[in-house]
Amino acid sequence: MKILSVCGMGIGTSVLLKMNAEKVLEAMGIDAEVLAADITKAKRDGVGADIILTTPELVVLLEGMPGKIVSIDHVFDLTEIRQKLTAALL
Amino acid sequence: MSSVLSALGEGSIKLQQSCTSWRESFELAGAGLVESGRTLPSYTQEMIQAFEELGPYMVIAPGIALAHGRPSASVLETGLSLVTLLTPIEFGSQSNDPVSMVIGLAAIDHDSHIDLMAALSELLMSEEQVTLLLNATKEAVLRSYLS
Repeated sequence: MKILSVCGMGIGTSVLLKMNAEKVLEAMGIDAEVLAADITKAKRDGVGADIILTTPELVVLLEGMPGKIVSIDHVFDLTEIRQKLTAALL
Repeated sequence: MSSVLSALGEGSIKLQQSCTSWRESFELAGAGLVESGRTLPSYTQEMIQAFEELGPYMVIAPGIALAHGRPSASVLETGLSLVTLLTPIEFGSQSNDPVSMVIGLAAIDHDSHIDLMAALSELLMSEEQVTLLLNATKEAVLRSYLS
């Protein structure tokens, strides 16, 4: 499984989302590759991602990309990340 | 957590500030990065521009904004700054307003700050730690929390 974590600049939010998603996925026993990217890179390299992780304000900029968009309100909340990833994987 | 401490250079911490807008708080976070020698003043403008373009997505958790631009020629060294606000400010975030803490982030590239981000994440994941940081009035005390 390929997951893309996306933010505006590719160094802040997307990196935090990637780290916390990896923690959650490991705990869930799911084998996935999580890549952090900014929006431009995500649109260029994001083809083939199963899930796109981002924050609510950026969803509108990513619409139309392949893959399910999962929007995380609180990037440090592992419970929220786990619940939303689980729902997206069903 | 010590990597967070060392990323906060001298002059990078500004506690209990009175700001009336996100822009003012970004200017302070930017000034902290400049004063601690991590960025040129132009980086502050880049952070403000990024917020203007992409909006309040930088409010990453309740009350916490991560002010940053891209890695650029304005970044001299990877580092952080920290601004806590006396009165919380509305940033226009859908779920995490109002903001009480602005963390400035400068990274020289896309990869070399990963360990720092992991440490920052550990720190901010703890509500207890965040409360300690928010209530701190003296830099020395705040630094002792981080050490």
